[in-house]
Amino acid sequence: MAAIEILDLEKTYQVGFWHARPKLALRPLRLTIEEGEVFGFLGPNGAGKTTTLKLLMGLVYPTAGTARILGMAIDDPRVKAQIGFLPEQPYFYDYLTAQELLTYYAQLSGVPAKERSQRVTGILARFGLTDSARLQLRKFSKGMLQRLGLAQAILHDPKIVFLDEPMSGLDPMGRREVREMIQQMRNEGKTVFFSTHILSDAEALCDRVAIIHQGELRGVGAVAHLTSQAQQGRVEIIFCAPSVPQALASLGVEARLSGDMVNAVVEEDKQEAALEILRRERIRLISLTPVRSSLEEYYVQKLQPRGNGKGAGA
Amino acid sequence: MNSRIGYVAFNTFREAVRDRVLYNLIAFALLLSAAAVLVGEISIDIERLVVVNLGLTAVSLFGVVIAIFMGIGLVSKEIEKRTLYTVLARPVRRWEFVVGKFFGLTGTLVVNTFFMAIGVFLALLYVAHTFQKADLWVLLALYFIVLEFLIVCALALLFSSFSTPLMSAVFTFALFIIGSLADDLRGFARITHGTVGAFATAIAYLVPNFSALNIINQAAHGFAVPGRLILYDTLYALLYSAMAISGAVLIFQRRNLK
Ligand SMILES: Nc1ncnc2c1ncn2[C@@H]1O[C@H](COP(=O)(O)OP(=O)(O)OP(=O)(O)O)[C@@H](O)[C@H]1O
Ligand SMILES: [Mg+2]
Repeated sequence: MAAIEILDLEKTYQVGFWHARPKLALRPLRLTIEEGEVFGFLGPNGAGKTTTLKLLMGLVYPTAGTARILGMAIDDPRVKAQIGFLPEQPYFYDYLTAQELLTYYAQLSGVPAKERSQRVTGILARFGLTDSARLQLRKFSKGMLQRLGLAQAILHDPKIVFLDEPMSGLDPMGRREVREMIQQMRNEGKTVFFSTHILSDAEALCDRVAIIHQGELRGVGAVAHLTSQAQQGRVEIIFCAPSVPQALASLGVEARLSGDMVNAVVEEDKQEAALEILRRERIRLISLTPVRSSLEEYYVQKLQPRGNGKGAGA
Repeated sequence: MNSRIGYVAFNTFREAVRDRVLYNLIAFALLLSAAAVLVGEISIDIERLVVVNLGLTAVSLFGVVIAIFMGIGLVSKEIEKRTLYTVLARPVRRWEFVVGKFFGLTGTLVVNTFFMAIGVFLALLYVAHTFQKADLWVLLALYFIVLEFLIVCALALLFSSFSTPLMSAVFTFALFIIGSLADDLRGFARITHGTVGAFATAIAYLVPNFSALNIINQAAHGFAVPGRLILYDTLYALLYSAMAISGAVLIFQRRNLK
């Protein structure tokens, strides 16, 4: 069964009080996420990622379209017991301690009274918050709040976890920790749907990604497929030289000088010609590697105005 | 009451306590002690009258101010601060949240009123040296004041579900004033005719009738209050606040959170 089915969800906000103008945030979006998948929702600022998540959480209502989670309509109260949500900038009741907040949320999520305190203690330990369990949240740092946000999202052992930019505002160690936590959620068999604009995180974590831009779905693909697909025969050649050889430049090769090394990207059919030039000029070759299309290239290509994209994987 | 409403209510109460809302009790205690001592100095016959009148009026005003200022923020502050997101992503229905918040605030006010009531009775004891049977009416007046709080909280919640906190405070306070004059308004409506009369009648019956809930003067004089009034006022307050809360729920239900 599909974990999440987004069936032409559409959202137009009305902005301005007196002269309400429509602001299109999400064009009809159709997307299916399978159970057990880690799915990355990528797009630049203002693309409509948060809007999509808020629609799925029932925090805002769609202009048109519906969505189903685990086969149930999103306004079905049973859905909410099966999902966890980390908002974009998590705000919690700052007069509570971490332990009180999690206990309150466990109550609201219907965790049985007998299991509650054990569950809360366990989750605090898992997210490294045991020492701050009795600290009021107003004294928490951004990183601690983000960890607490993740903790509350999986507190009630949901099947699906929605995370809105889980790595934003974290230092490198914090980001790494969050990556590991998402990895762990995957190992537990949870479906994870998260939005981000950090491509390396998506590349490291996701089974599939979708790219959205200006409220419009631009592409969906499996990360393994996108990154292993070698780009149409291009190689990167690195060699030692004080400058880019004239002959190479006239071959129409993109080359960059950095220090005493040159980094050149060559079409496959010109590879032999280029190597011949290097041999002739007695230049020491350092490496020759096929260029792989990374997620980034896919992403950049998908953000081009419609029509320019080559449509790979979409 | 379903358990989620109870949890939301308890958390609201806890917030009020941690935000030091109950500190108003200190101001109340100081005011009442000063009044009791002063009255004890200057007169012999009217001490009880003054203490009851002043004490109960203070209970009512302190409570109404708390009800308005907390009531307007109950739901709107949670939307503004987005603390609501992680709550509504749980199996909590929006109406349960609103009703839980309402009970949390009224619970806070009941606790607050309980402590104030102790203060009033201590002041009574101080000036009269003994309790009397007529003091029971003071208890009843306190009950009516709590009914008044129910309506004020519900109205603050209703207004804040569609307008800004400042406007909500103004609206609620205005309704509190007009409602306190509801009897006079009804009297005025009876002697006017035509459009003005119809308009006055509509207003007089639509605004919350706080004058019917105000028996402070009777209590101070030790006049008996008919049992029928207790029943009617209770029903009236419950119905009126239930309608206001329903309105707030209907509006909140449709809202897109920012
Ligand atoms: N409450 C709102 N009222 C009006 N317009 C809104 C509202 N919320 C979002 N928008 C608009 O909808 C569009 C999509 O916003 P959204 O927050 O979904 O983007 P996002 O992909 O999450 O961006 P970011 O990466 O910056 O978080 C934006 O153009 C934004 O201005
Ligand atoms: Mg966003």
